[in-house]
Amino acid sequence: MIQVKRLVKRFGPLTVLKELDFEVRSGEFVALLGPNGAGKTTLLRILSSLSKPNSGLVQVASYRLPEGAVSVRAQLGVVSHQPLLYGDLTAEENLSFFARLYGVEKPRIGDVLDLVGLSRRKSDLVRIFSRGMQQRLAIGRAILHNPRILLLDEPHTGLDQEAGEILDKLLREIALEGRTVVMTSHDLIRAAELASRVDILSKGKIKASTETSGLGSAELVSFYREVLQEAGGAA
Amino acid sequence: MKSYLNAVRAVIWKDLTAEWRTRENLSAMLVFALLVILIFNFALELDIQAQESLSAGVLWATFIFAGTIGLNRSMAVEKDRGCLDGMLLAPVDRSVIYFGKAIGNLIFMLLVEIIVLPVYSFLYQVPVFQPGFLLVVLLGSIGYVAVGTLLATMVIQVRTRDILLPILLFPLTLPVIIAAVKASQGFLQMVPLDDIAAWLNLLIVYDLIFTSVAFMVFDYVVEE
Repeated sequence: MIQVKRLVKRFGPLTVLKELDFEVRSGEFVALLGPNGAGKTTLLRILSSLSKPNSGLVQVASYRLPEGAVSVRAQLGVVSHQPLLYGDLTAEENLSFFARLYGVEKPRIGDVLDLVGLSRRKSDLVRIFSRGMQQRLAIGRAILHNPRILLLDEPHTGLDQEAGEILDKLLREIALEGRTVVMTSHDLIRAAELASRVDILSKGKIKASTETSGLGSAELVSFYREVLQEAGGAA
Repeated sequence: MKSYLNAVRAVIWKDLTAEWRTRENLSAMLVFALLVILIFNFALELDIQAQESLSAGVLWATFIFAGTIGLNRSMAVEKDRGCLDGMLLAPVDRSVIYFGKAIGNLIFMLLVEIIVLPVYSFLYQVPVFQPGFLLVVLLGSIGYVAVGTLLATMVIQVRTRDILLPILLFPLTLPVIIAAVKASQGFLQMVPLDDIAAWLNLLIVYDLIFTSVAFMVFDYVVEE
């Protein structure tokens, strides 16, 4: 579903991704872990066609980027640590706006509001929503057009325990629908619980990858530390 | 084509709905424009001759300064919560965003102009309600907004965007400002149409060129 080979991304003199190889099969839930500055967000921005690579092959849902960007965007839902929502519009108006951009029929908006548990608050302005509610609506925006792939960039940032658990439940439901999910995170325990595979990114490269089945959170934490120590600490 | 126009309409609808709710942008533009008109009126009151010859310039200086406030605020909304990224992720041609934002900005500018023009006409005793003059206002506003929306998008990532936008925008829109002032002055002083035609043509050509250029380069402007 996602194939990345020898990907290089530079920002001026700084090379953020260094000949990175990465692959995600259809229906997989992959958690991308790594220290700050490892290149996780940059990788997601390239996969979502918001940023262009300097070199290397990037293929998403059988379309090559950046040439097939419009087709890729139709297959993608993206949740960032920013909500990508308008504070002065209501929840329903926000979804209605994005539905029109994506060419989605109106009844789907109600379904999505139900799914993210915001039907009763659909007429409230997003700016008065709590961070957790905004993030749930952001997920609603991301799945509005029924994408095959979901890219989540630290979706739990700024959420309290309860809001985080609601978000986890929602992500599990979405993953069960057979979508391919790539999520960046700093929360190793959460990653172990949600994802089917964990990849560790450091200094612009995937340093290690492991399946999470049968792997406890304590084991994942020690595995993560070992990998980063071998890689020479933080990026 | 239908989905393209639907998407453009969606961007306009979104901007108008949000503005209708807060009226932040329009009120800031309007108060600023009325203050400028009023201050210039007092400054030029003693010199009737100067007032007659400068009034078109005063009007356009007012529109341009108020327009810059509008352009800055309109793009700041997109930057605040990463909303521009939200639009860029949609599977539509990115020029949709440009046209949607530009038409939204033009509507705001025209609304301010509709309110400012009668006040200007009363204070400066000039006949603004003539088709030729109103056409100049429309063409000048289109040219200004066409370039302004593109530049406002370019500087959106810059911390000093409020300062940078006018620095980049005013030199680039100099031809449209000069043509608009000259054509407006011509209509206000009842100069024959033949003498104004060249300025009107310049406005039309400028609008066409810069709208086309913006359409072609917008994808590169929003690229990271």
